[in-house]
Amino acid sequence: MECRARPWVSWMAAAAVMLGCMVGPKGLWGAEPYKIGGVFSITGSSSFLGDPEKKSLEMAVEEINAQGGIDGRPVEAVIYDTEGDPTKAVLAVNKLISKDNVLAIIGPSLTPTTLAVMPIVERVQVPLISCAAGIQIVEPVKPYVFKTAQSDVLAVATIYKHMHKHGIKKIGILSVTNAFGVSGRDQLVKQAPEYGIKIVKEEAYGANDTDMTAQLTKIKGQNPDAVVCWGTNPGPAVVAKNMRQLGLTFALYQSHGVASPKFIELAGEAAEGIRLPTGKILVADLLPASDPQKAVLTRYIAEYTKRYGGGVSGFGGYAYDAMHMLAKALKGTGGDKAKIRDNLEKISGHVGITGVFTMTAQDHNGLGPDAFVMVEIRNGTWKLLD
Amino acid sequence: MSEFLQFFLTGVTTGAIYGLIALGFNVLYNATDLINFAQGEWVMLGGLGFYTLSVALGWPLVAAFAIAVVLVAVLGLCLERIALRPVKKPEPITLIIITVGASIFLRGVAMRLWGKDPYSVPALTASVKPVRVLGAALMPQSLWILGIVVALMTGLHLFAKRTLSGKAMEACAIHRHAAWILGIPSERMVLLAFGLSAALGAVGGVIIAPITMCSYDMGTMLGLKGFCAAMLGGLGSHWGAALGGVVLGVLESLGVGYFSSGIKDAIAFLVLLIILMVRPSGLLGASAVKRF
Repeated sequence: MECRARPWVSWMAAAAVMLGCMVGPKGLWGAEPYKIGGVFSITGSSSFLGDPEKKSLEMAVEEINAQGGIDGRPVEAVIYDTEGDPTKAVLAVNKLISKDNVLAIIGPSLTPTTLAVMPIVERVQVPLISCAAGIQIVEPVKPYVFKTAQSDVLAVATIYKHMHKHGIKKIGILSVTNAFGVSGRDQLVKQAPEYGIKIVKEEAYGANDTDMTAQLTKIKGQNPDAVVCWGTNPGPAVVAKNMRQLGLTFALYQSHGVASPKFIELAGEAAEGIRLPTGKILVADLLPASDPQKAVLTRYIAEYTKRYGGGVSGFGGYAYDAMHMLAKALKGTGGDKAKIRDNLEKISGHVGITGVFTMTAQDHNGLGPDAFVMVEIRNGTWKLLD
Repeated sequence: MSEFLQFFLTGVTTGAIYGLIALGFNVLYNATDLINFAQGEWVMLGGLGFYTLSVALGWPLVAAFAIAVVLVAVLGLCLERIALRPVKKPEPITLIIITVGASIFLRGVAMRLWGKDPYSVPALTASVKPVRVLGAALMPQSLWILGIVVALMTGLHLFAKRTLSGKAMEACAIHRHAAWILGIPSERMVLLAFGLSAALGAVGGVIIAPITMCSYDMGTMLGLKGFCAAMLGGLGSHWGAALGGVVLGVLESLGVGYFSSGIKDAIAFLVLLIILMVRPSGLLGASAVKRF
């Protein structure tokens, strides 16, 4: 039985190899691929950003190739790891430009790494679509730098709009003393007058602090209508718990920095009733059918879960959106970088994971406040607010 | 007034933890003249171990508490056996550097095992309703912390003064060679001190985890604060450790409350500097304490 099975197996293998040659990139395409660079913090302390970004980029490339590529040419992604280190990001981008001759670069994942590589892409004029949040990446506008991640400007606007609608006028701020918290605090202070909101108390805490009752007690003394906490885990969960402990009843708003199931797990019961802005991916199944992003989100979540077994987050969407917009911009350029850049600037109404993008010469992020929705945590899950 | 009381109660709670960590430093220092800079890592391992046993494996809280502490104590013994005892020339500075290395190593291992995300563990009593004291809120978990710390303090005091092992340990601290000549198994005493101080750290980790959550990198700062508390109270004095911890915790809390939230960690180190300059032996320490 075994002796007879053996030739079968080798015939099958030979057939598979031949088939593979026929449908594989070279056999099918024949044309030179368009090379795209990717630089993400795939390992290191911010791997939770870079890892889904890398996976989503690969997924987007396969989707584009499966649909016939761009002008009959396939896309090929060359991806390097920055480990979240600006120096390594610079090395990787130099390598992508000089050795791999890429047409455009997607990434890096973080604001510091993006800021480090921006001068290079500006000098050699290679389009870059960053996946980092910092507003200073696209403000002021640099010709060759774009980004897909929402800025905290929008998150603050979303929170303030909700407050304005619900008659909240006096707030306290509690922000973490790192780049994320400081930037969020600045936006909170800057935008408050626009919405008729008065900041009665401003407090801060260290990223590793384990007790915020003193700050909350001080805020309580000013009788605010609500308090806004700006930080990433675990600080905000401690704030939520401390508020319960002190028996404080005013509303608690958190930033998009905690928009993940992990926060609910950490804060436990104290998470109930907390409101925060989040990208729509977290509440895709709650969105009304009329939402333009619903179909895109559902497809992305299903495909990502199928390929990588879950762990969908909004972060992968940054790279996914970047690749699909780049594919649109590549069309008809023949690989001319200046033309790709011009086309990126003309992208209008692109429905992505992060939001609906409309780039202009003045706006290289292209997102409106509708990229965020307000949610409230109820019964340990998200509830969409209007 | 209620505001001040709130700051004070918060300070006492965090201070009790610092005191407990300081106690761990002291137990080891008393027996070996050694400062173990991996002390904060025992706290971290205690907290994360408790999380794994109680939340991930679903064990009853008491069993998870006990086993987590025992496991960390065993790790403490391993550290002494594997990393410190084989040192040929046990100069204090060499040993201290080894403990610094051990702390970095343990943190790395914990990061591999538990990842970078923080974990939340349940409080020892389910109630989240605070106890009201003159308008200030006191959590049941804070009462647990204070109770456990006081019980451990008393226990250790009795152990050191009333039992043969405790006295033998102190004898080793005074002169290890002389104690050995007198028939005290000094090596075993050192081992015991390592296990005991690791266990104390682990208890600290378990009891604060419900309040602060635990993550692989929580040990460094807690260890440093504990060290400040030990220096403040006087190295080697158990009651000094408790007092130092509470003073430090209350100073921090009042600093945040009445000055600025940004200076919290600076307070600990400022206090440490002042103490080292003005009274190197600490508040309750014997004036003969050596400085490294």
